[in-house]
Amino acid sequence: MAKTESTFKNMVLSLTLISLGASASLGFVYVMTKAPIEASILNKKLNAIRQVVPEFTNNPNEEMFRLPTGEGDSLDIYPAKKEGEIIGYAIDTYTKEGFAGNIRLIAGFRPDGTIINISVLEQKETPGLGTKMTEPGFRDQFNNKNPSEFMLKVKKDGGPVDAITAATISSRAFCDALQRAYNTIQKGGLI
Amino acid sequence: MTQLQNFTKGFFKENPILVLVLGTCPTLATSTSVLNGMGMGIATTFVLIGSNVAISLLSGVIPDKVRIPAFVVIIASFVTIVDLLMQAFTPSLYETLGIFIPLIVVNCIILGRAEAYASKNSVLSSFIDGVGMGLGFTMALGILGAFREIVGSGAIFGHKFMQGDGVLVFILAPGAFWALGYLIALINRMKKT
Repeated sequence: MAKTESTFKNMVLSLTLISLGASASLGFVYVMTKAPIEASILNKKLNAIRQVVPEFTNNPNEEMFRLPTGEGDSLDIYPAKKEGEIIGYAIDTYTKEGFAGNIRLIAGFRPDGTIINISVLEQKETPGLGTKMTEPGFRDQFNNKNPSEFMLKVKKDGGPVDAITAATISSRAFCDALQRAYNTIQKGGLI
Repeated sequence: MTQLQNFTKGFFKENPILVLVLGTCPTLATSTSVLNGMGMGIATTFVLIGSNVAISLLSGVIPDKVRIPAFVVIIASFVTIVDLLMQAFTPSLYETLGIFIPLIVVNCIILGRAEAYASKNSVLSSFIDGVGMGLGFTMALGILGAFREIVGSGAIFGHKFMQGDGVLVFILAPGAFWALGYLIALINRMKKT
């Protein structure tokens, strides 16, 4: 195969054409995958909500409202209702204390402030260590606990929470996110 | 070299991790369990096949002096396409591998094969080279992942077979270096005899 000479014109021309081809194919794939990606993100969120609150009859996604955290931003609250009566809130909460970036959780609370269940939406913790927060072994210790008497602190900090072995920072971050959710709905007068 | 040899060289003779020692960064990062390691290997295989074919098709028209930037653009495009497609059509797989996919772009195996093989060989040979190298990479990651998962968390394919946590250091970076080092030593020993 005859090689194209490395003249200035050839170099500029070939790089331009390759970049054009690359951006055209990327644009095509982006447009093609945009709708399915949005659908799968929404689906993931709805599944998470279903996991953390009791069975509901309304559409929590449509009745979503925001409450300020008192730190300059707000959290999304999804109310779960059964026959018009509120049976729980799913709160999309976050923490910046993660070992590797932010962690996003969906936490379900009963109207009396008891934690029902928790689902991890996004985390980038160390694989095999911090990622254990997505497993029931760690998560389930919060179920049916009320943060008003169950301090959201790991044992190292004098609280009752069993931290993940070799991932105390991730465990602390998890508690921080829960605390933020609890404080927000408490301040907002939901519980 | 026959096409069969061309295919099998990726497994032992020129295995990208164990012999060429290329792409160790994603290797160390993703081989914490069998499934993570093999998922990363398979995603890399797709990118490798795509970029090898595209580069061998275009090698005649890319001037030598700008070949590296051209290769990088092509590889980055393939990685982004794989990333978007996985996000759209296999969301559960994307969830476990999502953070590793962008890492493929910095994997030296892909640029290495583009430069050393695809730009000098025919489309068919480059395709077979891509499949062989990709599967060799997947195999090495699978072995490493299995070892680290068994020793580090006392589990295999996510199923725990013993109580407790295992030797945690093997999940962390130092354990990855040890395991990789001993695996390479073992391969070298086998090659001598």
